[in-house]
Amino acid sequence: MFEASLNSQIEISSAMASAVLKIVNTTLDWVTFALDAPSARAVVFGVQIGGHLFVEVLLLVVILFLLSQKSYKPPKRPLTKKEIDELCDEWVPEPLIPPLTEEMQSEPPVLESAAGPHTVVNGKEVVNFASANYLGLIGHEKLLASCTTALEKYGVGSCGPRGFYGTIDVHLDCEARIAKFLGTPDSILYSYGLSTMFSAIPAFAKRGDIIVVDEGVHWGIQNGLHLSRSTIVYFKHNDMESLRNTLEKVTAENERAKKLRRYIVVEAVYQNSGQIAPLDEIIRLKEEYRFRVLLDESNSFGVLGSSGRGLTEYYGVPIEKIDIVTAAMGHALATEGGFCTGSARVIDHQRLSSSGYVFSASLPPYLASAAITAIDVLEENPVLLKKLKENIALLWKGLSDIPGLSIASNVESPIVFLKLEKSTGSMKNDLILLEDIADRALKEDNIFVVASKRSTIDKCRLAVGIRLFVSAAHSESDLRKASASLKRVAALVLRS
Amino acid sequence: MIAIPYLTLLTTYFSYGLLFVFGHIRDLFRNITGWFSSNNLQGYAPICLGQEDFYLRRLYFRIQDCFARPISSAPGAWFDVIERYSNDNNKTLKRTTKISRCLNLGSYSYLGFSASDEYCTPRVVESLKKYSPSTCSSRVDGGTTVLHNQLEEYVANFVGKPAAIVFGMGFVTNSAIIPALIGKGGLIISDSLNHSSIINGARGSGATVRVFQHNSPSHLEEVLREQIADGQPRTHRPWKKIIVIVEGIYSMEGELCKLPEIITICKKYKAYAYLDEAHSIGAVGKTGRGVCELLGVEPADVDIMMGTFTKSFGSCGGYIAGSKELIQYLKYTCPAHLYATSMSPPAAEQIISAIKVLLGEDGTSRGAKKLAQIRENSNFFRSELLKMGFEVLGDYDSPIMPIMLYNPAKIPAFSRECLKQNVAVVMVSFPATPLLLARVRICISASHTKEDLVKALEVISQVGDLVGIKYFPAEPGNQQQEEKMLKLD
Repeated sequence: MFEASLNSQIEISSAMASAVLKIVNTTLDWVTFALDAPSARAVVFGVQIGGHLFVEVLLLVVILFLLSQKSYKPPKRPLTKKEIDELCDEWVPEPLIPPLTEEMQSEPPVLESAAGPHTVVNGKEVVNFASANYLGLIGHEKLLASCTTALEKYGVGSCGPRGFYGTIDVHLDCEARIAKFLGTPDSILYSYGLSTMFSAIPAFAKRGDIIVVDEGVHWGIQNGLHLSRSTIVYFKHNDMESLRNTLEKVTAENERAKKLRRYIVVEAVYQNSGQIAPLDEIIRLKEEYRFRVLLDESNSFGVLGSSGRGLTEYYGVPIEKIDIVTAAMGHALATEGGFCTGSARVIDHQRLSSSGYVFSASLPPYLASAAITAIDVLEENPVLLKKLKENIALLWKGLSDIPGLSIASNVESPIVFLKLEKSTGSMKNDLILLEDIADRALKEDNIFVVASKRSTIDKCRLAVGIRLFVSAAHSESDLRKASASLKRVAALVLRS
Repeated sequence: MIAIPYLTLLTTYFSYGLLFVFGHIRDLFRNITGWFSSNNLQGYAPICLGQEDFYLRRLYFRIQDCFARPISSAPGAWFDVIERYSNDNNKTLKRTTKISRCLNLGSYSYLGFSASDEYCTPRVVESLKKYSPSTCSSRVDGGTTVLHNQLEEYVANFVGKPAAIVFGMGFVTNSAIIPALIGKGGLIISDSLNHSSIINGARGSGATVRVFQHNSPSHLEEVLREQIADGQPRTHRPWKKIIVIVEGIYSMEGELCKLPEIITICKKYKAYAYLDEAHSIGAVGKTGRGVCELLGVEPADVDIMMGTFTKSFGSCGGYIAGSKELIQYLKYTCPAHLYATSMSPPAAEQIISAIKVLLGEDGTSRGAKKLAQIRENSNFFRSELLKMGFEVLGDYDSPIMPIMLYNPAKIPAFSRECLKQNVAVVMVSFPATPLLLARVRICISASHTKEDLVKALEVISQVGDLVGIKYFPAEPGNQQQEEKMLKLD
């Protein structure tokens, strides 16, 4: 009974299935017949056209139609005038300057006479260690005489950029003199020391070039690097191992270095720390890794070397190995402005593409003639260099045993840089202590020294300290007085 | 708006095209011969990449004798130009000892303080003997003398602001101040024809820079509204602050800036206004106080006023004038104040004496005479040039007059012909101006007498006929001619 009903169920379901199948088959046959009928005998390009081709074509058309439909984007609604007005009303700008704090109110001491080795501040005569007057040329009669003649002949300003009648014959003479003194083919004069480096670098380095630079360079160089938009890589201050590693890394990373220009930028005597760059080591590295060297000789021109020709003479390196040498003339040469020297191609290129040269008025002619006279005086009196070296040695000896302050600069550098042995941890507090020391030295002992100040936009992170600029015109008693005074004042301030 | 006649446009394009083609052919030959000679710089990329100095080598060197002419006397109304000759087709120029006395129409000496002056020079020599040519120290260290403080007071009074700070060079003033005032997250909106020092400063600051159409307050308003509504790029956060930078007189166009409208817009949208008066301080205005006086704008409405002393005061350096707090802040943080050698004391003395002369404090009326003279001279010269049919840019009262040349061949032709007749003029072309718009720029000074100006006009008219630059008919205001020209902005 059971099996009978099961059998009959199977029979019914199979009958239904076969019926459904028969219906489907008949429909399909009918459809095929209908589609085949019109083109039953059509042969196009050797391909039999069957009815299925029509279905495929239809499908293709449907796909193309869907693809061509734009995807749904939410409609764009630009801001209406009223909305812009509201936004403009709501916007509150920051004040132009941050609120003034107490440290911003300090005023520098005012000089009432020339900034020579002895100068008058607030009515008192003090010993001046704050001017970079390395050869003592401030107040020299020959300099003053040549300036006076130039003033009476040319007036003060040159009233025009170099391209538009601002080139006076003293400029050309000065450039020739500097080139002759240093032994290079040509040189170019800038009208301000700070603008020399930040106009020269963007003329030779553009986006994509690589520049390896010491982390202690001054703001002028940092600004020039920023304006050139090249890739900047810093290495540890005056550390040749770090330089070697950086050069290694940079050349390994950039295989397509044939088209890239690669530079190393260093200062001869660093303004921010008084260290001297080891040029012979740098030249060795430069030749090994094929970089070009830019050297800033502001504080070493007229100071280092047996005849004052700078760092290249000091290390016995021929000057042709340095590609670009720049210097500010506001230090040893006791005048203003700056110059750049190098091969003829380098100098000519700057005459049209260095923005600080082309778009700015030229150096006042009396300052150019002062520079010529200063170089003449230096060449005729090499005894000034000897005196300067002796003074530096004396001061070093006198300042080397001050409790709480240590000398951070090189033993032959004309900038003697004293920094705190134990820093308080923050630059601001260090600066407060150091400025206190400098103030007291000025007020109580008539010794004029300054603490180094940093701008908020300066990227250098080296320690701050007290800077003394030694001059060939300082006498022994001046130096002894300075050492004694600093010892006393430092002990007073740092003990409390 | 500069309107170039059709024919001139075509010929200018053709001339430049020819020069470029010839330049490239010569470069090809240079490369071929360069293959054979060896270069000892193995492994180094060339210091000047190939196409960077194409303009320098192939176009500029041909006309190099028109630029950078050395002089051997003070740049007064007449000066001595040193003659130069060349043996290698203008690539290098050698000096001779021959000089020719020429009329000076190129130096920026608007009030005639450029040469030795009877009141200023003795005082300058005195201060030189007292303070030496340089202090060798920065302002914060040991470089502030009594003269510097005095100068800052004088400048602040002259300009009409509470306080001022001075620097040794005008270019550095802009490049070092703008980064101190604004940084990343701020917006600088500057005129499209601003000077290179402003562009340098704006780039060095790290802020976003947007440009508005030259001297068009309506476009400035559009740009301001759009930028405030949009905010910083990509993050759309609101801007920290906005500074709008304009110049008083634009040195390549001779136009005055539309200051009153721009200040109204700045105030409405709470942006700070920075005015660069390099060419206009001392040269325009009834008492020489610059565009603010000429156009009737209160100095208190402009937040930061900048200027240079090179042009009208015959010295060197730049200043910034503003509120006491602003100046105090700048003295604390501006790198040019902290690191650069302070201004040369004799130069400071020259400016103080020049300001005294202008204000009449020297006991004579020379200052007022100079100011009246320059206005008279510039207006007379400009109207005569327009009558002759030259295309002169700029507004009345401005002492700078650019005359359009367009064709590159006319640049050396005009310059050399004028020099033959002892008139020295300044040619300006690429890159200081757009490539097609080369011009002659005339700068009038208060030390030019009427005879000088008449002689100059004669020579310019003669040379203009020879070279063919009288684009307009000799009567002013002919409407038909203007409709046929192609307008070029």
